[in-house]
Amino acid sequence: MNKVPKVISQDGSREMSNTKSILELVGVRKVYGSAVAVEGVDLTLHNGEFLTFLGPSGSGKTTTLAMIAGLQMPTEGKILLNGQAVDPLPPYKRNIGMVFQNYALFPHMTVAGNIGFPLEMRGIDAAERKRRIAKTLELIGLPNMGDRYPHQLSGGQQQRVALGRAIVFEPPLLLMDEPLGALDKKLRVQMQLEITRLHRELGISILYVTHDQEEALVMSDRIAVFNEGKIEQLGSAKDLYERPSTAFVAGFLGESNFFHGTVSGISDGRCFMETPYGQLGAFNNASLQVGDKATLAVRPERLFLYRGRDKKPENCVSGTLTDLIYLGQSRKCVLRTANGDEVVALQHAQQVEEPSMNIGEEVCVTWNCADANALNHRAASN
Amino acid sequence: MGAPFSSGRMWSRLRLAICTFAVIYLVAPLIVVLVISFSSAPFLTFPPPGFSMQWYNNLFTNPAWFNSLITSIKVLIPTSILATSLGTAAAYGLARSNFIGKQIVMGLLLSPMIVPVIIVAVGIFGVFRALGLYGNLLGLIIAHTILAIPYVVMTVSGSLAVIDKRLEDAALTLGASPLRCFRRITFPLIFPAVLSGMLFSMVVSFDELVVSMFISTPVVRPVTVQMWSNIRGSVDPTIAAIATLLFCFSLLALLSERAAARKVKKEVDE
Repeated sequence: MNKVPKVISQDGSREMSNTKSILELVGVRKVYGSAVAVEGVDLTLHNGEFLTFLGPSGSGKTTTLAMIAGLQMPTEGKILLNGQAVDPLPPYKRNIGMVFQNYALFPHMTVAGNIGFPLEMRGIDAAERKRRIAKTLELIGLPNMGDRYPHQLSGGQQQRVALGRAIVFEPPLLLMDEPLGALDKKLRVQMQLEITRLHRELGISILYVTHDQEEALVMSDRIAVFNEGKIEQLGSAKDLYERPSTAFVAGFLGESNFFHGTVSGISDGRCFMETPYGQLGAFNNASLQVGDKATLAVRPERLFLYRGRDKKPENCVSGTLTDLIYLGQSRKCVLRTANGDEVVALQHAQQVEEPSMNIGEEVCVTWNCADANALNHRAASN
Repeated sequence: MGAPFSSGRMWSRLRLAICTFAVIYLVAPLIVVLVISFSSAPFLTFPPPGFSMQWYNNLFTNPAWFNSLITSIKVLIPTSILATSLGTAAAYGLARSNFIGKQIVMGLLLSPMIVPVIIVAVGIFGVFRALGLYGNLLGLIIAHTILAIPYVVMTVSGSLAVIDKRLEDAALTLGASPLRCFRRITFPLIFPAVLSGMLFSMVVSFDELVVSMFISTPVVRPVTVQMWSNIRGSVDPTIAAIATLLFCFSLLALLSERAAARKVKKEVDE
């Protein structure tokens, strides 16, 4: 039960108090008629961990969350909470907190009524209920707001009430389904920090669903990238960003340049591939063999830009500079290769700038093999 | 500039004239009945020669009228309770589940409203006679309930479609069993619709004539049937008095439904 997934990294993830798992999904599938919503999800959530489901809409992340909450029944597979199978339990016996996308506050109850609701359902007496409501209002930063009705609150305040209602009964696991989706950018950033603070203070385990990669990077211990009903990759933010294991992850989380070719040589964890640009090298992140079709992914900020014809022998892609975009902290350089591919390089402001690099000039980009990842060809799924 | 302005004025005047005519057309018969109910003449004459309360008095002293009025009320109260609870349960079940034949069940529930009432009446007559539900209160109550359920189902379904299902999901995750979820979350939210459904069912029952005629006897006879037999025999303004009472009852039901809806809307807007 306590098996630690192999993708967990030592450096990228925050320290965990203990590695006992609170939640385990084993081969969970969900099929609606002939449409597959979730295609075999395996996952272990550690005690006190903040894990994010990141993926485009329709990738199965919300359905997975609903199955954990008990609002949907899996077609196949098992869900274990604290080592116990919860599949036969209805949602109201699972003791899992859930924050919904639109908050789902009860409009006919006050803030105190909303927060007190789960306590009332658990038969907690009025005095104790009052005490815990007050404590929770304090915790979510809304003291003295207990008598208001949800429609009298701003979006951010409603969000806090929804959060308070989901944690007041001290569930061991909290599920959050795109809780910040309806808030504006500034408020969202503020709430991200507050949720991280609550997570730290309460020591609660959180499963968080979002399609916002920045949100995932800011908040999570680990991130599970969902695509087409499956987890493409599970790991720390750093793992996912630096060592994406599929082309989808490389493209969905941040930006990547892709080059396609055939593996021609392997040495020392590196992989060399024949491409229309000659031989290109990268870290062999997908256990590729000689002869495999492969995709090389490299981040724009890992590219070095050179001018003119003084070509380097390896990892060199040349093209015409078509755009120079000033971004403040950095500069984005776009070049178009002879094959018509577009390559984006990001230069940090402090990076030594090539003097007088002009649009229309012949330039060439290069990278260190260790900074790029050789992956299975994009079309192939892992 | 002058032409569109005057044509606009012309249209608004025409609209006013049409609306006024429509209102008079609809309301005038009611007014006539209302006035005749206070007539001193023993026949239905308009305008009445003088004022009297004798027909209202007759309504409560003449046993035929009074008993039928009591019968109507004895039918109306259980009917409204039955129709409201069954209709609400049906609407909730249909709104929150998905099964094959759901549309058919919905259609069957609403059919008494769609099928010509005379056909429903003939059907009920045949079946109820066989079941011994002919000529007694229970038969009338069941028949009226069948006729009133569609109104409750319609209003409650409309309300259920509007409230967010995720509120119920949230209540479930917070530890509320489906029953408690209904009592604490769903029911308070659909209450205005349930209330108007109940008022509708009262009006339906109090107004019902055709089916009641088929299954009532001179002993157990609701007021509408009494009116019908009265108007075919010796016509006196008692019928106008009862019609006025029926009208006032419907008006009261409608006004309280409006008031309830407004109160709820105000609470939400606050």
